[in-house]
Amino acid sequence: MGVVSSKLGNLGVVTTTLDTAVNWARTGAMWPLLFGLACCAIEMMATQASNYDLSRFGMELNRASPRQSDLIIIAGRVSRKMAPVVRQLYDQMASPRYVLSMGDCASCSGVYNNYALVQGVDEIIPVDVYVAGCPPRPEQLIHGILTLHERVRGEHLNEWVVEGAR
Amino acid sequence: MQIEKALDPVEALKGAHPEIVQDTHFFRDETTIIVAPKDIVTAARYMRDTPGLLYNYLSDISAVDYYPEYNRPGRFGVSYHLYSMLYSRRIRLKVFVQEDEPVVPTLTVLWGAANWLEREIYDMMGIRFEGHPDMRRVLMPDDWNGHPQRRDYPLGYETVMFSFNYDQISKHKPYAKE
Amino acid sequence: MAISNISRPPENAIAQEPTWEGSVEELRGLVSERALTGETMLLNLGPHHPSTHGVLRLLLELDGEEIVTCLPDVGYLHTGIEKTIESKTYEKAVTCTDRMDYLAPMSNNMVFCLAVEKLGDIDVPERAQIIRVICMELTRLNSHLVWLGTHALDLGAMSVFLYCFREREIILDMFEMLSGQRLMTSYIRPGGVWRDLPPEFLPALEKFVEIFPRRVDDYESVLTDNPIWKDRTEGIGVVEPEEALALGMSGPSLRGSGVNWDIRKAMPYSGYEQYEFNVPLGDHGDVYDRFWVRIQEMRESIKIIQQAMKRLPKSGPFRSNNRKFVPPPRAELGRSMEAVIHHFKLWTEGFSLPDEEVYVAIESPRGEIGCYLHGTGGNKPRRVHFKTPSFMHISALAKIAPGHMIADLVGIIGSVDIVLGDSDR
Repeated sequence: MGVVSSKLGNLGVVTTTLDTAVNWARTGAMWPLLFGLACCAIEMMATQASNYDLSRFGMELNRASPRQSDLIIIAGRVSRKMAPVVRQLYDQMASPRYVLSMGDCASCSGVYNNYALVQGVDEIIPVDVYVAGCPPRPEQLIHGILTLHERVRGEHLNEWVVEGAR
Repeated sequence: MQIEKALDPVEALKGAHPEIVQDTHFFRDETTIIVAPKDIVTAARYMRDTPGLLYNYLSDISAVDYYPEYNRPGRFGVSYHLYSMLYSRRIRLKVFVQEDEPVVPTLTVLWGAANWLEREIYDMMGIRFEGHPDMRRVLMPDDWNGHPQRRDYPLGYETVMFSFNYDQISKHKPYAKE
Repeated sequence: MAISNISRPPENAIAQEPTWEGSVEELRGLVSERALTGETMLLNLGPHHPSTHGVLRLLLELDGEEIVTCLPDVGYLHTGIEKTIESKTYEKAVTCTDRMDYLAPMSNNMVFCLAVEKLGDIDVPERAQIIRVICMELTRLNSHLVWLGTHALDLGAMSVFLYCFREREIILDMFEMLSGQRLMTSYIRPGGVWRDLPPEFLPALEKFVEIFPRRVDDYESVLTDNPIWKDRTEGIGVVEPEEALALGMSGPSLRGSGVNWDIRKAMPYSGYEQYEFNVPLGDHGDVYDRFWVRIQEMRESIKIIQQAMKRLPKSGPFRSNNRKFVPPPRAELGRSMEAVIHHFKLWTEGFSLPDEEVYVAIESPRGEIGCYLHGTGGNKPRRVHFKTPSFMHISALAKIAPGHMIADLVGIIGSVDIVLGDSDR
């Protein structure tokens, strides 16, 4: 995309319309990775099920393969044995990729300040949105997802870098 | 089928194997029989197979660390909880293990359930079970050093981050760059 | 280990021979000899997988599609709860226990509180016991609904998942009325329950109890006589009763094999001997029987809740009055000096329990969960150990799985109802 921004550098209205269009497409169908670790996964499943439907945000489809998903929701506590696995999954995701750290244990290790847990998943992967709660209510998770959507809508073309994209 | 009358486990064990019963303890309707580590298989087999006792279900194996008080004969205590389906009662067999030689014979010859329970005790407390078919760590990663549940192992507590010490802690925290 | 030329990197790409960490040699003795020669394939049903319920890793040795050896590897969710509880007082530790078996949090609370009450000889008033029974049975329904939804989802019946979670929302609303939290309620405390039932709870419970049996009929109509379901579940994962007992299985997984052991009947706690309910048993010990046992258990739970609601006294203490263990209500603090002293002591230091050990086991939705509690004489425990049913069932998988195909393994894991938080603590 460096090519696009260099060619369209000063054509303001074209790039902003392109920004909007691309970000609209990204937020409209952001597919999460099927990745639930602990109790927050149950609330994530409840958010995807009938009462608090996530498919109205385009997220009904959980992909099992990291290559096909855009969003990884770290739902649950990350233990030291699981940390390399999470990192490997994050590395395998193709950009643009977003990380939502759901719950207290993923954000800051929650109730458990001890040897067995990674103290917050942002020690291993960079996080975009943190959702607090133990476990967060489905409404809180939806608020977190909408915050992420707003952040995605604010991204610009000429901020994208091709190699080593976030 | 004739159901045998329930026997008193302590008396029965003392009658059949008097030399292995070191001590007994009664607390809140629970019976504990303390034996030496080398006799645990004999005692458990007697409990399981004798008509009148028939403690045929291994409920739990737990280990305790008596550091730093050392108010028991041995640093570690391993408790075997048995349950009798027929007579609906529980009993505990307890073994005290020394700190410098933490070895106990395995109970996997009697119950398959003991397999993972003993692996967990090895992982968490460092007590080896001789004769165990698969003595590896089960909960911690394979290359972990130390036995976490021991009372001299640190909790691994990280200072809680508030706004007054945010910068101090952030500097040392390994954030992921990308 | 024989590697084909395709997987080997080209000759001049790297300077030295790559050392394979984790080669098959490490598994000598755990997998059969055929794996070491490459005749059978080693496949990792890894921690991240759509149909393992949580982060369970199974190392499978496959002969074609058939499983020869199955090695479960747990610990990916190990949280050190037992060691964390050693550094907290008994009242604070109740919140830590919630998060072990996260599908049935109140049964974890219950077993820990029963152990504390046994060690400290704390009485529980009758109204609290009945409220506890209602909470336990609602938790059982909660857990079985999630089990049914995910088990059916794994085996292909996707709509059952949505139905089950719809029912579950009603139960979670009731939990929220009780304690303010949907899942991790920490409602059951040593001595009784945290607070009395709010006025909107009993009407909501009555409405729920009225509609729920019809919903169970709906689930049964979709699955029980469905030929595809029967094909996928009958004859799979058969466990003989003696083998199940030796492996330490318990709960519905054991009752599916025909062993009549329900702790609520055999060693009743919290007043369970006063309720009339049946214990469903299976015949063959296959996946279908375990499924059928749990569906019938859901009906029995509704019966117990109905009896408990009738038995509930109109008013009464909901927590023990023993001020050495239970803090006084705030209204009393203005009137009595002893209340203030007790309040201060209990909220700063906590109560002390003797230097003895107890073991208490209850019937959680998964099986027998046992709590081994050893006090110090001080305000913090020396050792808490939970014997959790999922830990035993995962070790039993190593014996049940061989001989089946991978698609059947998914059904077996679902039927045995494991929760990794329960197994790894």
